[in-house]
Amino acid sequence: MAKALARRAHGPRLSARLRRALGSRTALVALLALLLLGLWLLAGAQGVTGQRLLSLAVRGVMLGGVLALGAVGLTLIFGVLRIPNFAHGDLMTWGAYLALFGLTLLPAGPPLAPFSFGIELLVLLVLAAPLVGLTGYLLDRLVFRRLRARRVPSVILAMAALGGAFLLRSVIYLGWGADFRNFYTGRPRPAVELFAGIRVRPDQLFIVGLALLLIFLLYLLLERTKMGKAMRATADNADLARITGIDTEGVIRWTWLIGGGLAGAGGIMYALDTQLRPEMGWWLMLPLFASVILGTIGNAYGALVGAMVVGLVWQMSTAFLNPAYGPGVAFLVLILVLLFRPEGIFGKPGGS
Amino acid sequence: MGMGDATLAKSLLLALPLWFVAARALPARLPWFARVALGAAAGWLVALAVTLVVPSGQMAYLVSFAIVGSIYAVLALGLNVQWGYTGLFNIGIAAFFAVGAFTSALVTTRMPTGAAAAFSQQAFGLGAPFLAGVLAAGVAAGVLALLVGGPTLRLREDYLAIATIGIAELVRLVFQNERWLANGPQPLRGIPQPLACLVRDPGCGWLPAPLAALFDPLTPRDYTYVYLAIATLVVIVVYVVLERAIRSPWGRVLRAVREDEAAAAMVGKDVARVRLQAFVVGAVIMGFGGALYAHYMIAIDYTHFDALYATFLVWVMLMLGGSGNNRGAILGAFALWGVWTGAAFVVDLARPLLAAISSDLPARGPYLRLLFIALLMLFILLYRPKGMIGEERFVSRDSQGRDG
Repeated sequence: MAKALARRAHGPRLSARLRRALGSRTALVALLALLLLGLWLLAGAQGVTGQRLLSLAVRGVMLGGVLALGAVGLTLIFGVLRIPNFAHGDLMTWGAYLALFGLTLLPAGPPLAPFSFGIELLVLLVLAAPLVGLTGYLLDRLVFRRLRARRVPSVILAMAALGGAFLLRSVIYLGWGADFRNFYTGRPRPAVELFAGIRVRPDQLFIVGLALLLIFLLYLLLERTKMGKAMRATADNADLARITGIDTEGVIRWTWLIGGGLAGAGGIMYALDTQLRPEMGWWLMLPLFASVILGTIGNAYGALVGAMVVGLVWQMSTAFLNPAYGPGVAFLVLILVLLFRPEGIFGKPGGS
Repeated sequence: MGMGDATLAKSLLLALPLWFVAARALPARLPWFARVALGAAAGWLVALAVTLVVPSGQMAYLVSFAIVGSIYAVLALGLNVQWGYTGLFNIGIAAFFAVGAFTSALVTTRMPTGAAAAFSQQAFGLGAPFLAGVLAAGVAAGVLALLVGGPTLRLREDYLAIATIGIAELVRLVFQNERWLANGPQPLRGIPQPLACLVRDPGCGWLPAPLAALFDPLTPRDYTYVYLAIATLVVIVVYVVLERAIRSPWGRVLRAVREDEAAAAMVGKDVARVRLQAFVVGAVIMGFGGALYAHYMIAIDYTHFDALYATFLVWVMLMLGGSGNNRGAILGAFALWGVWTGAAFVVDLARPLLAAISSDLPARGPYLRLLFIALLMLFILLYRPKGMIGEERFVSRDSQGRDG
């Protein structure tokens, strides 16, 4: 009894304090920094040159940009609408194939040197991305809205999203088959020297630039417009937002249009850098969710940070690991976050 | 010896699952030995009639259909423990299925020697019997579930879904890229068929002479009949054990956790522990399913364990049959596998029509099945959330006794 009282006087037990310290934001950031440093050292020990590591880091930022376009939408849909959207990766694939379809309709202009694509791809970016947003909204009208009305738990929404993912994929399979495709078959994509011997393809710089531009536009929308404020408020506290008279329908519509649109753009960019195949987006789901949880569900800027970290770790690991394991490395990041700080970098402790 | 002589042996092998079904279908008023005896007679008569009437080519097709249906039934039963009874959202069934399949394969095969060693690599090969392989498969899948469930089950429920997607991906990558482990990306071949001696010459040495004579007319082409008996036996054992477990106090706690976590915690149940137990039990069953699959296929590789076949179909099966109902899980597995294989015929018939729409479409026709199954899943979610037979309502045996 006296012992228990003494313990109370001295605050929580040591193990609890330790757990809290390990769960702090600083600890998570330090852990991730350690992970990156460890990768760097491991690669160094295997005789990988600093130059190669640096170019991997640049590639990591590029990949992070693609992931961010997916992750920002995923986190908004997760946070605002409470839907763990397992169809998000397939929405990205859908965007890429819509663009591929568009390329067969539009006349192909000369490449916009130094990039490998012509003006028609930019036009298609503007056309296809909103279509992907509309697809997401359509899915919401037909499926999620009815489930919401029944007040189903979020796992049922996740299951419906999974059904939506396979529905989209089956349409892609039917339309284009299972083979690898390219936007531009046989067009050379030479790398240029960026600085200090680091070589990247100009397309990759375009991808990073576009990702940052789109996320900046999203920032303006979220911070400066009424709808953006309504979305953030709903993500913060959906019930409170509803009783304060926020236009819930509008929030739902815009969340899908923005989230889906960004996913579509991300899919097109991913396909531009690699290739198109029907499973490409599905395989991104794990890195996307890792980014979202790392950056705290519902936090768009967090998703950007998370995507950059995941992209970096993924690319850096290829210095000494079979590149096929990239998504597996993302899984490692996810498990670390879940173990130490499940609410993510920007979350309130115990928030989710 | 002619085909006619094999009829008796075949019908006896087919009679096993029918016996069980018939015995359960008989009214409960009858004493148990009467049900067993009558069930055996009825089961065997039906099996004999089917073997005699259905042409042997179609029969072979039906038997292999039923084997795959049984394997899916085992997976659906495993998922039912996790989702149906406990509400755990596992979309990485493929991971536990694959780990079970490869574990059993490694445990039962022998290390390749001589010229074969140049083409085929594997981490180990114990040459152990089938049952050891099945048990090892369950243990390996259970350990994997412990590793995944440990850090995620205490968190919000959708995190488990994300983690299971991750582990399925990781397992697939490992079996695709690690040559030393199980010959990835090439198939791991030569997985032994249990009780294959029944269809070979000379037969199983340990079998009593009358039985050996009975099975003697079977040829290696009839092996699927033997395997069907094994596969259905596994389904029956898993089903009976689960039915007992679900009606036990443990089963009640599972449903209490699913229905109202807070209330279950309030009456002193360790919710996280119960969920982990259910997750592991379900995974062990999925591991058994993997072992069954490996020994049926003889050769397996990572492509067999993709999200569509190994996870998505199982989910739709359970939802179609009825979550929270073991009979529903089995029924759903066979029904959906029937729809899936039947749809292949429909797509084949529709080939000219597809060709008229686009010259590429006939080759992609099989994907129409995926479209249909995805639509079916959404339809069930929206309009028939309880599936075909829905959850079984029952009270515990004690209170039933008090009422009666």
